Amino acid sequence: MAAVESNIELSPSAKQAGLTIEEFLEQEAKKELLRFFTCGSVDDGKSTLIGRLLYDARGIYEDQLASIQTSKVNRSTGPIDFSLLTDGLRAEREQGITIDVAYRYFSTPKRKFIIADTPGHEQYTRNMATGASTASLAIVLVDARHGVLPQTRRHATIASLLGIPRVVVAVNKMDLLGFREEVYRQIVRDFHAFADTLGFEQILAIPVSALEGDNVTARSARTPWYDGPSLMEVLETAPASSRDRDQPARFPVQYVIRPNQDFRGYAGQIASGVFRRGDEVVILPSGQRSRIASIVTFHGELEEATAPASVTLTLKDERDISRGDLLAHPGQEPQVARQFEADVVWMVEDALTTGRNFLLKHTTQLVNARVTSIESRLDIATMERSSAHHLSLNDIGVVRIEASRPILFDPYRLNRATGSFILIDPISNLTAGAGMIRHAIQRKTQDDVPVTPAERAARNHHAPALLRLSDRELARRLERRLFDHGCQVVFSEDLSAARGLFDAGLIVISPAIDDPSALDLNALPLPASAASAIDAIVDYLEQKGVLESGSLNLGEGI
Amino acid sequence: MDKRVITLLHFCHMGLSSHLRDLEAESIHIIREVAAEFAKPVMLYSIGKDSSVMLRLAQKAFYPAPIPFPLLHVDTGYKFREMIEFRDWYPKSIGCELRVWRNEEAIAAGASPVKLGTSKCCHLLKTRGLLGALEAGGYDAAFGGARRDEEKSRAKERIFSFRDQFGQWDPKNQRPELWNLYNSRIDKGQSIRVFPLSNWTELDIWHYIHLEKIPVVPLYFAKVREMIVRGDSLIPPEHNVYPLLPGEKPQPVLCRMRSIGCTPCTGAIRSEADTVPKIIEELLALRRSEREYRIIDHDQEGSMELKKREGYF
Repeated sequence: MAAVESNIELSPSAKQAGLTIEEFLEQEAKKELLRFFTCGSVDDGKSTLIGRLLYDARGIYEDQLASIQTSKVNRSTGPIDFSLLTDGLRAEREQGITIDVAYRYFSTPKRKFIIADTPGHEQYTRNMATGASTASLAIVLVDARHGVLPQTRRHATIASLLGIPRVVVAVNKMDLLGFREEVYRQIVRDFHAFADTLGFEQILAIPVSALEGDNVTARSARTPWYDGPSLMEVLETAPASSRDRDQPARFPVQYVIRPNQDFRGYAGQIASGVFRRGDEVVILPSGQRSRIASIVTFHGELEEATAPASVTLTLKDERDISRGDLLAHPGQEPQVARQFEADVVWMVEDALTTGRNFLLKHTTQLVNARVTSIESRLDIATMERSSAHHLSLNDIGVVRIEASRPILFDPYRLNRATGSFILIDPISNLTAGAGMIRHAIQRKTQDDVPVTPAERAARNHHAPALLRLSDRELARRLERRLFDHGCQVVFSEDLSAARGLFDAGLIVISPAIDDPSALDLNALPLPASAASAIDAIVDYLEQKGVLESGSLNLGEGI
Repeated sequence: MDKRVITLLHFCHMGLSSHLRDLEAESIHIIREVAAEFAKPVMLYSIGKDSSVMLRLAQKAFYPAPIPFPLLHVDTGYKFREMIEFRDWYPKSIGCELRVWRNEEAIAAGASPVKLGTSKCCHLLKTRGLLGALEAGGYDAAFGGARRDEEKSRAKERIFSFRDQFGQWDPKNQRPELWNLYNSRIDKGQSIRVFPLSNWTELDIWHYIHLEKIPVVPLYFAKVREMIVRGDSLIPPEHNVYPLLPGEKPQPVLCRMRSIGCTPCTGAIRSEADTVPKIIEELLALRRSEREYRIIDHDQEGSMELKKREGYF
């Protein structure tokens, strides 16, 4: 350890130790949190750079340092293999690669930092996207010996898709090239050549040696031709608060809190903007209006709350609001659409093809969705988009999606929280894709195109069904339950009418229907109490795919 | 009032710092998401400082309603007396339901770290105990207070961590987890472990305990305790697990626990920090990690990862 320590001048930012509690609290009160991630190709030195930042900011404990010094593995050329600190899995240490994102934490007197150290291998791109999705700054490492590689481009592209505003290009291993300026300049030119079109707000480049510490926490004397900031200076001054605070206010309802008859609160995390007591709000998708009566927290009521606060709102009027609904200010509503176009990063082996069904999770909504077309696939090497029939693992493409219910969204570039979604494979339950909404699709259908059963089902949010149920009392109760939840449902004893209503997309309950496509509810083992029997039937209809899974029971209060 | 007290009051009134507010909002979002999307969640309650913070966050998430899920303590029979006292008092005092589970079979068979080694003892009393408790309760989601800064395999784990029907973690095949969109889809028998404190550090925890005035087990505060002093280690004699060496006997030492668990596997540190502010000051100066004093993390290289793969938290 002594060999390393002699090499490093601890930066002023590292000197936190020995503060009194008063000094600590005063310093902490002003601290912001910056989330950033590191990416780049394999062996560009990401883990080493993080190890270096942690070490210089005294974010590594002595026993942790001792344990990596005694480790069987040392992949570095230096005395300490810093990457052993972040490569936390056995397979990673054995194979000498980073498989999954590792999170690390350190702080300086100015800021708290959460680092996501993301893997470089193409096969682990989904883990890289995981780490990037919550960050507001990217450090893209480039090995000065190899320059900009395909993986550098891939990662920078994903960073831009994920809406990371700032990129720091750390041209690493400058020590191996004698800190030659022209090497650095060429790499910076190459990076700008492709990244300038990606839409970053800012691209900064810094020549560094992660191993030896040059320009990491302090400016190096070995790069006299570089007059920019050190990496730590950039991290301590880059805007930390996300732009979401300045966006129109969005409050996706996450949970309904109802401890008693007198209190009905809507719990959620403010996705963007500010809500104040007394604000008029519009409740979507119903379009009803009310005013905020109170902003409730454990420590008392607030006058206002700003993203990303988790709060509970109560409204002046009694309204039917449940999980998945969204509150906004009138005149500043999000877009509402069932069909939209989105950028997608594909994350499972099983390729994405047109027509496949998924569960789509967007804010606090979980809905059925179908990929209606694959518009294009991005070729990372050429940065060109070409038509494609499918998206394979780690592919990035533009797709069109149709959801079974309206999605309340903003384009991702304006609002990360309301513009993002994931696609979940309903069979394997895996998170198959990450999506960023571009815009709604206003479908204009010609008058001569017939209305299809699928279109009816999509509008009704349920499939048509013939239900045989001979208990008339139960049948009437079932009709009421389904009707109150927005289903197109009717009770009919007229068999031919029932068939016609079924063809029109309705759920038809009939005591005597004798049709091969009818679902026989009489055959179900139903509980004795009517209410429980209706619950059991609803579950059965969800299983059968007549109703959307969870559509009738999500968002119940306590 | 002396100057120090005035300054402290001043900062308490200023409320949480920006970064603690962000962490708190994230954790509350996670806790509510679980309550909304799972049929039968449970919160693992280990009685330590992290559990205390997690419990406060759960209170905040559902206020003014009570917490809509029970707490579960997996008891090994080796916990400190003060922990059990705290466990039986604090959750009840805030209106929480606490369930306790023990792997009675292993306890009856006399499982101990001396007899079996720490690794096997931990597997039987904690991992098997936990899996038994989760199965018996039919829980589909279980909150844990683990933080990513504690240990290097924890630094790799998702906030919603998928476990197969044996409760096992597959670190090489974790579900991607983007933004705050958590995937809670599972098949019967599978479960999700949820870590709402993933992004908190040890210092954040104490800072929050200080500002929020959250009660913690007195073991965290320095006082003179009887300890077996063996080299640099301070071993609590409670439960009499380790045979004393010739000439050895417990002696009074001013010390505290930095992290608490089973008495045989929790070492104390010499410390004068008998208040939360003093603990924070001590942490600012400390150069050694919290888990160094926990014997179970160090049985073998990558031991936490191995435990997690077997179903440990």
